[in-house]
Amino acid sequence: MEALLLFIGSVLVNNFVLARFLGICPFLGVSKKVETAFSMGIATTFVMTLSGVASWLIQNYILVPFGAERFLQYVAFILVIASLVQLVEMVIQKTSPALYQALGIFLPLITTNCAILGLALLIAIKQYSFIESIAFSFGAGAGFTLAITMMAGIREELQFADVPKPLQGAAITLIIAGLMSMAFMGFSGLIPM
Amino acid sequence: MKIWKDFIKGLWEENPTFRLLIGMCPVLAVTNAAINGVAMGLATLFVLVCSSTIISLIKNLIPSKVRIPCYIVVIATFVTIADLVLAAYFPDIHAVLGLFVPLIVVNCLILGRAEAFASKNTVTRSFFDALGMGLGFTWALTFLSIIREVLGMGSIFGFRVLGEWFTPFLIFVLPPGAFITLGIIVGLMNTFTRKTA
Repeated sequence: MEALLLFIGSVLVNNFVLARFLGICPFLGVSKKVETAFSMGIATTFVMTLSGVASWLIQNYILVPFGAERFLQYVAFILVIASLVQLVEMVIQKTSPALYQALGIFLPLITTNCAILGLALLIAIKQYSFIESIAFSFGAGAGFTLAITMMAGIREELQFADVPKPLQGAAITLIIAGLMSMAFMGFSGLIPM
Repeated sequence: MKIWKDFIKGLWEENPTFRLLIGMCPVLAVTNAAINGVAMGLATLFVLVCSSTIISLIKNLIPSKVRIPCYIVVIATFVTIADLVLAAYFPDIHAVLGLFVPLIVVNCLILGRAEAFASKNTVTRSFFDALGMGLGFTWALTFLSIIREVLGMGSIFGFRVLGEWFTPFLIFVLPPGAFITLGIIVGLMNTFTRKTA
């Protein structure tokens, strides 16, 4: 039950992109077409769930027992994420070339998505249990996918709209994100936090 | 002269925040009060200058295949230093910035300068490039956070500047305000640049 609440909370209430400001770069950069945005979302969700689990294991079985969580945490987490992304890329390439074609170019980009490192650190700060970590990671990924796909849908429609010239491109995207974020604030009463 | 150009371009022409739109997560997240914006800007400036200089020094020692992990380790080391220093001397600010201090590691601005500039140029030029970019980032954060603090709370650096008549628009210190303010500033910057160009 706790885990389910955590999942819904991280998708809607504390949406990673719109409420926590994590993963803004791909949110602005890869949201021109619904299809690519959705693929990016799925790839990110996949890596997020894996790295959430991996960083939980590292935090609780390596860093804390050796008392190194204060000064080695950032270096350890980012290295794990970078190598995990590489590993996932190689596994997908071997097992499913079709999926690799679809996700291929997005995978390396995910390493520098701050949502992934942010997620690993949040799990460590909030001291979630193993099950809670999985629910939280998956929810965060799902929330990211939701936000980026919605944004891509709006931007596709926007091509036919008459946007003032200086606002074209990034500026109007940011303003739309602001309106979306305002709409998502409506969910804030959904779950007692 | 070349060095001056490297330095000055980050301040306006290639301002990371308003022109290049990189390293956006902290820009949006910590600019709800002026003091946070300044602190975040300076922390990023420190990490950027140190890591760009070091990376430029050791660029010939790093095999090109594993360069990205090497850069990240250098950056993460300086972020850890910045994090510990902030926690020791400015615990209040450290508590407010929270998660976004460690997230300087994955700020694409820093890795971007390492990859695009420091790995190809001399130490002096890399230093000034990083300094310019870092200051550009700092003023952008300061500017944005002052606007948001004035509109959202009626104050600057915690001092009330607008009288009692002013009802603060709370929305500007909440997440939507960050997106909308930045969107409008980017739009204004585009207008100005187009006219002068």
